[in-house]
Amino acid sequence: MNCPLYIRSVPTQGELKFHYTVHTSLDVVEEKISGVGKALADQRELYLGLLYPTEDYKVYGYVTNSKVKFVIVVDSSNTSLRDNEIRSMFRKLHNSFTDVMCNPFYNPGDPIQSKAFDSIVSTMMVQAC
Amino acid sequence: MESLTLSDVEQKYYSELFLSCDVDNAKKVASNGKVLDLFRAAQLSNEVVHQITELCGATRLGHFGRSQFYIALKLIALAQSGLPLRVESLNTVRDLPLPRFVMGKNEQEMRHMFADPENQGPYLPRPPGRVQAKKVSAHETIQPCVPTVDPQPDTTSPVVSPHQSPPTSPHAWRKHKRQASGGNVDRQPSVPGVVWPPFREAQPGPVTGDGMWSAHSPPPVQESWVSFTDTPPSSTLPMHLPSAQPESTTVRTVPSAMTTNEIQRQISGYDDPWKITDEQRQYYINQFKTIQTDLTGLIPGSAAKEFFTKSKLPILELSHIWELSDFDKDGALTLDEFCAAFHLVVARKNGYDLPEKLPESLMPKLIDLDDSAGVPEPAPEVGFSASPVEVTPNKSPSMPSLNQNWPELNQSNEQWETFSERSSSSQTLTQFDSNIAPADPDTAIVHPVPIRMTPSKIHMQEMELKRTGSDHTHPTSPLMAKPPELSDETKLAATITFPGTTVGDGYSSSDSFTSDQEPISSAVNRQRSHSGTSPEGLKVVAPPPPPPRPNASHSRSSSLDMNRNFAAVPAGPQQPGVVAFPPAVPPRPLPTQTSVPHGHRSVEGDGLSAHTSTSPHQMPEQPNFADFSQFQAFAVDQPADDGEKPSDSGQAERCAESTGTMRTAKNDVQAEERNATTVNSAKVSTPLAPPPKPVRRRLKSDDELRPDVEDLPQKSNIIATVLATQPSIPRSIGKDKKAIQASIRRNKETNTVLARLNSELQQQLKDLLEERISLEVQLEQLRPFSHL
Repeated sequence: MNCPLYIRSVPTQGELKFHYTVHTSLDVVEEKISGVGKALADQRELYLGLLYPTEDYKVYGYVTNSKVKFVIVVDSSNTSLRDNEIRSMFRKLHNSFTDVMCNPFYNPGDPIQSKAFDSIVSTMMVQAC
Repeated sequence: MESLTLSDVEQKYYSELFLSCDVDNAKKVASNGKVLDLFRAAQLSNEVVHQITELCGATRLGHFGRSQFYIALKLIALAQSGLPLRVESLNTVRDLPLPRFVMGKNEQEMRHMFADPENQGPYLPRPPGRVQAKKVSAHETIQPCVPTVDPQPDTTSPVVSPHQSPPTSPHAWRKHKRQASGGNVDRQPSVPGVVWPPFREAQPGPVTGDGMWSAHSPPPVQESWVSFTDTPPSSTLPMHLPSAQPESTTVRTVPSAMTTNEIQRQISGYDDPWKITDEQRQYYINQFKTIQTDLTGLIPGSAAKEFFTKSKLPILELSHIWELSDFDKDGALTLDEFCAAFHLVVARKNGYDLPEKLPESLMPKLIDLDDSAGVPEPAPEVGFSASPVEVTPNKSPSMPSLNQNWPELNQSNEQWETFSERSSSSQTLTQFDSNIAPADPDTAIVHPVPIRMTPSKIHMQEMELKRTGSDHTHPTSPLMAKPPELSDETKLAATITFPGTTVGDGYSSSDSFTSDQEPISSAVNRQRSHSGTSPEGLKVVAPPPPPPRPNASHSRSSSLDMNRNFAAVPAGPQQPGVVAFPPAVPPRPLPTQTSVPHGHRSVEGDGLSAHTSTSPHQMPEQPNFADFSQFQAFAVDQPADDGEKPSDSGQAERCAESTGTMRTAKNDVQAEERNATTVNSAKVSTPLAPPPKPVRRRLKSDDELRPDVEDLPQKSNIIATVLATQPSIPRSIGKDKKAIQASIRRNKETNTVLARLNSELQQQLKDLLEERISLEVQLEQLRPFSHL
């Protein structure tokens, strides 16, 4: 149930560490979304913000209305990333994800193999770095 | 010889080629001549050809054995891909496109269809017209396939059915399919349109269709369209070439037919491989109709999924095709989208790689541009990157001819084969301005929506609102807020006004108010001076600054409304009423008014009595009026009193009282604004100037305190009444006690009103503070964690 539909990291070394981080951050996400009692589908509520900062990186979370969670891990040294940029990244992710979902050939729960999605993610990661 | 691993496709292809070169039918050795022809047809330089022959070992052997031939073909493919010729790379290069050969095979192509020389080119199968020719030619030309085909319609080359199949790429089909049909030898290059045949052939087999792409990347000999076989061979298959095919070639899956057509078409469209020809489009439209009868409607995703799944393409590719073709990302396909998707499927089945982005010609016609100029789209190139651009100019001449022929041939069915490179303009999908599409939702529709305003701004706005709501109060509030700034005189008023200040506090906290305060204070000062000088001026002039008079409190409560009223009322009418209180408050309080000038006190007294409901000459009609007038009078008195300090304390007292009563009365009328404190303070500050002055002052303060427009007329009346009653006060000393009591009562009422007001304002203040806190919190959240 908690297997990632899609995971990608830019510096491919130490990828496992990021995988681990993402996994652990799922707990934080769960905790945040369970705390919200309201059922508003507000964009702001979808965006969970900084989940927690750790040693050298920060983790941001975002959850969709269907409880699909997006987690972004960025390097702490990348101070140029502002909160609204992170928000826009999540928004783009969400949009691309929606497009993937709309594809009738995609079975929800499958890993995402859409090239369009890949390209959007790559572009974003390049921009962020 | 170096070992060589070939993929299935390649295997088939090469064997066909070999066979084609195997003129001697030796099945072992390909004649040099043919081979060389073939190689030259690969459009490589002679030098390269030599190199290849050398590498493959043919030079050694002196002839091309099968293996050499295969190696050579592979090298040709390498060369055509631009890769260096190395023996090692034979096996290492993956996904090498099949070597393409142009021209050369005309004959072979012709075989199917054309006998025309013009048919050259890898693509462009001759238009159906040729079919007939083809048939003939087919027979006549070599084509081994042909013979095979003909005799057995069902056999092998379904496509090849020369007779029917739309010309073109007989090769293609041949190629792949039939190896058996041998002979086919790769005509690929020239099979321009052969695609058709496949359909027709209804061949048992693989609907070959793929074929021919000759020049294009090796049309993967896919059984192509079989996938669609599920569809009841919609005989819509365009294929049916005029040639009367006896066999009913089941159009076998039109798709297959289509594919071939498509391919051919694409081949032919050197400048736009992705263009959809008319026939293809017609075919697609027919297919669309089978799913959705309304051509302007949408095919839902699930239906489209089923349909395209029949094509037996891998889900991943179908998914990619969907992504490309569902332009508006709505999960459903319009006719255009469907055609694009179908086209892509066909292409894919024929071996064309899917482009990364939708080719322009396949974009849905959002704009009705008749732009067939086609940008030689990069997309096709992308897609076909594997396949070196085969489009050769040669084709163009053939294309047109094809087109020409086409029309004649054009019978109902979409004959796919015409892959006219220049697809008819109608066919050309309009140059879609991709910019129009909201490709990037983020950029397309983003409006920065100011969610909230800055606290100060909000505050200001609220202040504004409140201010406008009770704009008369504003003057007072700033005034209130400014008590400290006021001079001593005002201090009294300050105390009085203080309650009023609470109202203003909320406001004053906002920046906007600060500005107000200044004018107000100045107004206050002005007023005071005014009061000192010209009673008239007072009221009218400055609604706002209530002079800091003892009356202030009292007057404020009443004055708030009173001021409002007075201020609202044009100075003119008011003035007379106000200034010359005595004189003229417009309607009713005439008696009081008239009496006012004489003595405020009398008015006051009257007012008082009115309050007490006993004053006979009170403006009977409006007890309220009476109250107000009293207030007014008091208000006027107060300032004056304040200004003068206790000149006439006694009188002041009375005035104050009366003022207080007036005020209370006013409060009654005006509810909130009255401050009990003002009333109280009114009592406190009682320096009374000469009666008229105090009255005026009071009035003025009232005005200042609360310019309340609405009640103005009433208030003026009331004030007049009050004023009228005032004069009576001094006169009726005996009534003092009663008056005092009455005033006390009134003051108490005023107190309560003011207290209520106070609490409301406190509440407002609390709300504002809360809001401010929440805004700050949000700001904090939005701020990046820079400290981290």
